[in-house]
Amino acid sequence: MMTQLASITLMRNDDARPIIDAIMADNPDVCVLNMPGAVKLDCDGRLRVNRASVEERMGRAWSPQEIQLVLVSMAGNLEEDDDQFTLSWHK
Amino acid sequence: MTAKKLSLKQRYEFLTRDLDWEPSYQSADDIYPYDKFEGIKIKDWSGWEDPFRLTMDSYWKFQAEKERKLYAVIDAFAQNNGQTGVSDGRYINVLKVFLTGISPEEYQAHRGFAFTGRHLRGAGTRVACQMQSLDELRHVQTQIHTISHYNKYFDGMSEFPIQHDRVFYLSVPKSFFDDARTAGPFEFMVAVGFAFEYVLTNLLFVPFMSGAAYNGDMSTVTFGFSAQSDESRHMTLGIEVIKFLLEQHPDNLPIVQRWVDKWFWRGFRLLGIVAAMMDYMLPKKVMSWKEAWDIYFVEAGGALFQDLARYGLKMPKYADIATEAGEHISHQNWGLFYQLCHVAGFHAWMPDAEHLDWLSAKYPNTFDKYYRPRFEMWAKQEKEGKRFFFNGLPQLCSCCQLPMLYTEPGDPTKTCFRSSVFKGTRYHFCSDGCKDIFDGEPEKYVQSWLPVNQIFQGNCGGATVPEVLDWYKINVGVDNGDYVGSPDEALWNAWTAQRFSEAS
Amino acid sequence: MSVQIKTVDLTPKRQTFAHVARRLGGDKPATRYQEATLDLQATENFHYKPLWEPQFWQYDTRKTAVVMADWYKPLDPRQYYYGSYNIARANMQSAGERNFTFVEERGLLATISDAERARVTSLLLPVRHLHWGSNMNMAEICQRGYGTAVTAPCIFSAGDQLGMAQIVSRIGLALDGQTGACLAAAKQGWMSNPAWQGVRQMIEDTLVQRDWFELFTAQVLGVNEVVLKLVYGALEQAFPESGLALAMLTGFMADWAADETRWSDAVLKTVAAESEANKALISGWAERWIARAVTAAEPLSAALLGDHGAAARAAGDAARGHGRKLGLAL
Repeated sequence: MMTQLASITLMRNDDARPIIDAIMADNPDVCVLNMPGAVKLDCDGRLRVNRASVEERMGRAWSPQEIQLVLVSMAGNLEEDDDQFTLSWHK
Repeated sequence: MTAKKLSLKQRYEFLTRDLDWEPSYQSADDIYPYDKFEGIKIKDWSGWEDPFRLTMDSYWKFQAEKERKLYAVIDAFAQNNGQTGVSDGRYINVLKVFLTGISPEEYQAHRGFAFTGRHLRGAGTRVACQMQSLDELRHVQTQIHTISHYNKYFDGMSEFPIQHDRVFYLSVPKSFFDDARTAGPFEFMVAVGFAFEYVLTNLLFVPFMSGAAYNGDMSTVTFGFSAQSDESRHMTLGIEVIKFLLEQHPDNLPIVQRWVDKWFWRGFRLLGIVAAMMDYMLPKKVMSWKEAWDIYFVEAGGALFQDLARYGLKMPKYADIATEAGEHISHQNWGLFYQLCHVAGFHAWMPDAEHLDWLSAKYPNTFDKYYRPRFEMWAKQEKEGKRFFFNGLPQLCSCCQLPMLYTEPGDPTKTCFRSSVFKGTRYHFCSDGCKDIFDGEPEKYVQSWLPVNQIFQGNCGGATVPEVLDWYKINVGVDNGDYVGSPDEALWNAWTAQRFSEAS
Repeated sequence: MSVQIKTVDLTPKRQTFAHVARRLGGDKPATRYQEATLDLQATENFHYKPLWEPQFWQYDTRKTAVVMADWYKPLDPRQYYYGSYNIARANMQSAGERNFTFVEERGLLATISDAERARVTSLLLPVRHLHWGSNMNMAEICQRGYGTAVTAPCIFSAGDQLGMAQIVSRIGLALDGQTGACLAAAKQGWMSNPAWQGVRQMIEDTLVQRDWFELFTAQVLGVNEVVLKLVYGALEQAFPESGLALAMLTGFMADWAADETRWSDAVLKTVAAESEANKALISGWAERWIARAVTAAEPLSAALLGDHGAAARAAGDAARGHGRKLGLAL
């Protein structure tokens, strides 16, 4: 079986930076691909964005739905609630 | 009475699908007359999982914020004459192909999702489709507004709607979306929502828009990435549709598999145009088409179909052929553009030495062996004043409507020809994928408005090339032909010269 | 010191797209609305007949009996394109959001009597279903109509109707501390309360209407002008304890109605003015659907206001007067 990458691509701007930082802190195996204007973050099987981690870096309340403002692309099944935004493949 | 507070999900259900009711004054089949004929079996629409729980108030809020940001960039770009700062005048040609070939299809998607947003029986599904219909309108309109500024300076963009209806190569994207729009609502969802949005559009918007950024086109990358931010909803809708159909009834599997096979191949053929744009039209390159294909189809598509295997869904038929063709398709299409640009609304050119070396490095298995010699020969002929044009009318594939120029799987020296006979007439195809699609629905594809056949039948303004180009609203000597010697080039050179004289 | 400013020659070759210039009667600067609207829909050389309706192309002028030489005549006076529409709605909604906060903080809906709560549940909340049916109608006109000038504002209107259904639903959730019990009761009322059956029957009948311009007329002059106007106009009188709070929370509906009417009036007026035949068709449809709406709304009016249906009949008269101002023979 080939690896199944759960992946998210975000715009490279000031609004996205705390989210990118939070992902990199909370998903230790993350692999980063830098592109002009965008950043692609890949994890094996599962990638999670935690509201609390983003808020800590952003210094304000943040709803996972706000990720839409900077989201470019993603791969994986999405599960979203008040506290997190997770992309994963079934194992 | 102490009733329990609703969870977020239940609350969203009250705000969307709970609005629906079981009609009694009219029959549901009369209200939804189109969602049964395709043979899809839905046991229980309530099994639909709402992919993004977005209510209209949040929708307006988020989308207004995105639009404020986007139009600020568009305004700043125009005020600062950002068009003078792109990497090279050749770059503008990608915008011509984009506006004439892709933006009108965003419009088609808008109307198509309005159709499914009204006519699918599940209320949750309809809400998701209507939001996508709104988004697709956004995409076509923001694309027009972004490219509007370029249109003021460069040629080839100013007649995009009529060209989309008439010009021969634009029947490739038009027939793709006409095909989806005229299919039933479930097939439309699989075609556009799944095969196009989930499996293929990353290839169009992510590496290509990153390329726009790299080439100094800040307004295009902004609309591109801003449009992609809506794609997160579209992709989740696309994947939810597939999962829902496959969960509802085992009889749906063969129908869905047939649609996935069909729309993967149609999408692959259509995106071959983007392949040529990426490898040849971006003066500064981010990644090759092949690299993009490996990331976004082989890797991401592979993960997806591995996931969907639990429902019995297989990788699209001919996915392996498409991946093999990834080594060839951009070169073959660029060769086509080069030979036919005298009858097209954009310019072509032969890559310079540095560009050829880049292609050799990116396509070590194929470029030097099959394409470099041909391109070098054409460049030499150009220098000798014997610029090569294809002066006939190419035979078109009766399915994808591209000229029959693609090669046999496993043998890139041999052109691939396939054909089928239907009701006494022989129809020609560029590939097994296209032939299979035709054979599955011959009654549909015999209707195709094939541009070359239409010219021969006298439906395109006349029998001569100038008459046809006039009918296409292609301004001869301005919009068409080589970049070198075009008014676009003259303008670009004048700007560059002025910049240098100021700097000195 | 003198500074010589060297400027690169940046005189535009053209001001706008050629198809837009032809409509403006020359190459002059065009608005964002014009560039994003005019001639956007494909008009010819379609490839395949729809499997679901093979008698027409997917874009086909024959899907309504009215005839226009140019479907880009009925323009939107608000000049909405996607961006300006969303920004306008976000602004309207943020005012509404403040009102929800105000009402919730002061418990203006939580403290009403059980009798009043039951009345709001049975006579206001079911209107969310009417908005939902209206949302379906506007989506239908968008997909079935002809020409971006008319169809693009229809998907905006569909979004508005959904948004209003959600505002009413939020009122329902606020009435019972977010349990959904009132909304469930309201849905039962929509299905069986005699006061709503005429309205429900009318909207279900519009859902099978296949002539998209007749559907437009029915929605605009029947549903919007008669039924919705009646309901939202009756709040303060019909709900003595909560009427003021409800009027605040439904402020969006009043703003929307003014905004929507500017556009729908322009469409009706322009299409009716095109020919005597159009005028006769639209007048007939208007007559029929206004009459339907009045009959449907009479029991609702009686239940809301105890007026034996007088307010419904008055709304019908107003709608006819409105139609006459648009050039209809009513």
